[in-house]
Amino acid sequence: MKNPLADKIVDIKPSGIRKFFDVVKTIDGAISLGVGEPDFDTPWHIRDEGIYSLEKGRTFYTSNSGLQELKNEICTYTKRKQGVEYDPNSQVLVTVGGSEAIDLALRAMINPGDEVLIPQPSYVSYEPCAILAGAKPVIIELKEENEFRLTAEEILEHVTDKTKILVLPFPNNPTGAIMERKDLESIAKVIREKDLFVLSDEIYSELTYTDKHVSITEIEGMKERTILINGFSKTFAMTGWRLGYAVGPKEIITQMTKIHQYAIMCAPTTSQYAAVEALKNGDDDVAMMRDEYNHRRRYLVNELRDMGLPCFEPFGAFYIFPSIKKFGMSSDEFATKLLEEEKLAVVPGNAFGDCGEGFIRISYAYSLDDLKKAMGRLRKFIEKL
Amino acid sequence: MVKREELLRTIDKNSRISVQELAIMLGEAEIDVANELKALEDEGVICGYHTMIDWSKTSIDKVMALIEVKVTPQRGIGFDSIAERIYKYPEVTSVYLMSGGFDLMVILEGKSLKEVASFVTNKLSPLETVLSCSTHFILQKYKDHGTILTKKYDDTREIITP
Repeated sequence: MKNPLADKIVDIKPSGIRKFFDVVKTIDGAISLGVGEPDFDTPWHIRDEGIYSLEKGRTFYTSNSGLQELKNEICTYTKRKQGVEYDPNSQVLVTVGGSEAIDLALRAMINPGDEVLIPQPSYVSYEPCAILAGAKPVIIELKEENEFRLTAEEILEHVTDKTKILVLPFPNNPTGAIMERKDLESIAKVIREKDLFVLSDEIYSELTYTDKHVSITEIEGMKERTILINGFSKTFAMTGWRLGYAVGPKEIITQMTKIHQYAIMCAPTTSQYAAVEALKNGDDDVAMMRDEYNHRRRYLVNELRDMGLPCFEPFGAFYIFPSIKKFGMSSDEFATKLLEEEKLAVVPGNAFGDCGEGFIRISYAYSLDDLKKAMGRLRKFIEKL
Repeated sequence: MVKREELLRTIDKNSRISVQELAIMLGEAEIDVANELKALEDEGVICGYHTMIDWSKTSIDKVMALIEVKVTPQRGIGFDSIAERIYKYPEVTSVYLMSGGFDLMVILEGKSLKEVASFVTNKLSPLETVLSCSTHFILQKYKDHGTILTKKYDDTREIITP
């Protein structure tokens, strides 16, 4: 019998998160701070629109690039939030979550041998998607002393004449790092000089806790070379609806739409109708959730520092990324021991890239009561070390 | 500067939270939060710190009724004086002046149906300015003050996700 498998796929290592998940499952009564999705339910008025669309029998495909009304709303929203304008008819693609958009953008832009700069620690799918698209991923290891922000120097150290795309994952999962306008301006200069394209994953754009999020597309000369990815999962607590989108230059969106058309047809229709409602009338929900996350964030930073876990103050997403280096254990060892002894699950930092070694990711997508219980366990664990 | 609205929204759902915790969560100094709370109390913005109790889960019997009351407003003082006569009864938990088909919404708590009935017939109806009463008994509280009472929703998320 022939080998049924493709070498390219087999060679991709399974996600470190998956490995840890299998361990957590076996522990009875474990509480978890390991979830990368909001604890809030999708606001009812948004769910209601989804239900209503089903009642009305809107159960057919939409156009490949998405429901016209939704594409219009996405452009209105992007204009309103970022002040950047896109044409709903040629520069928007509605996708099955932000994840699909990441995959499509890389596949639409990569030629064999092109290099893609991927800052890590970051979300788990950039590197495998780049490999599947035929690119050579080049990892930029972000540094704690820079609060895990990306600097122009770091880009320059890794850029070659084969570099085509820079992945820009901010606000960041797992570190909670953000890029402020000044940070973006300084990297934009290098991006223009080195003639790079940017895949900017701004899925956590609504969850920043100091100033309003700044998109790289707001910086001069960047919109023309950026695929901006966003979605509904984090902003509106809609992870299970599987809905995201990409906006960007027409020529790239056109090719992305082609792949999407053949591989997916269109994003789920029910979700698209619900999403229209989210963009039109969801601002108050987002503000409420943001305030709540912010309270938890401040509580956690205070607790972690108080128990002697050093961490920089994260200003985005819903994660804290404390260092556990001083305990002389690897992230895996720390997380496993914490799970076994105190039945508390956190994600080892190296699941998000080798440079996440020495850190753990703590999610605060949990109620304050849950967080308090968890912090009690963590404190007890650390005191014994 | 403590943001009033944020402070109020935070304690609206959890009044037991300590000043120390509030200060951490709002990113403010403890003394500022304490002063702001005091000011809000003095100004009557914060009127009390109550506990939400689902009495139906205890052995104590409670009956609640909403009573729609139509009254004749009095020259010069409108509804205020009649409202006052009604809200002074300790068994009355809330009194609202309403727009629409009736004037006052009176919410009443009693030990039994009989007790509520007796209040309506002996105390409320005989008031001179009261024209009519229409009493509705609450059969079940599903949600009160934004809190769902009848059901607990579990966290159904996967334990670990990227």
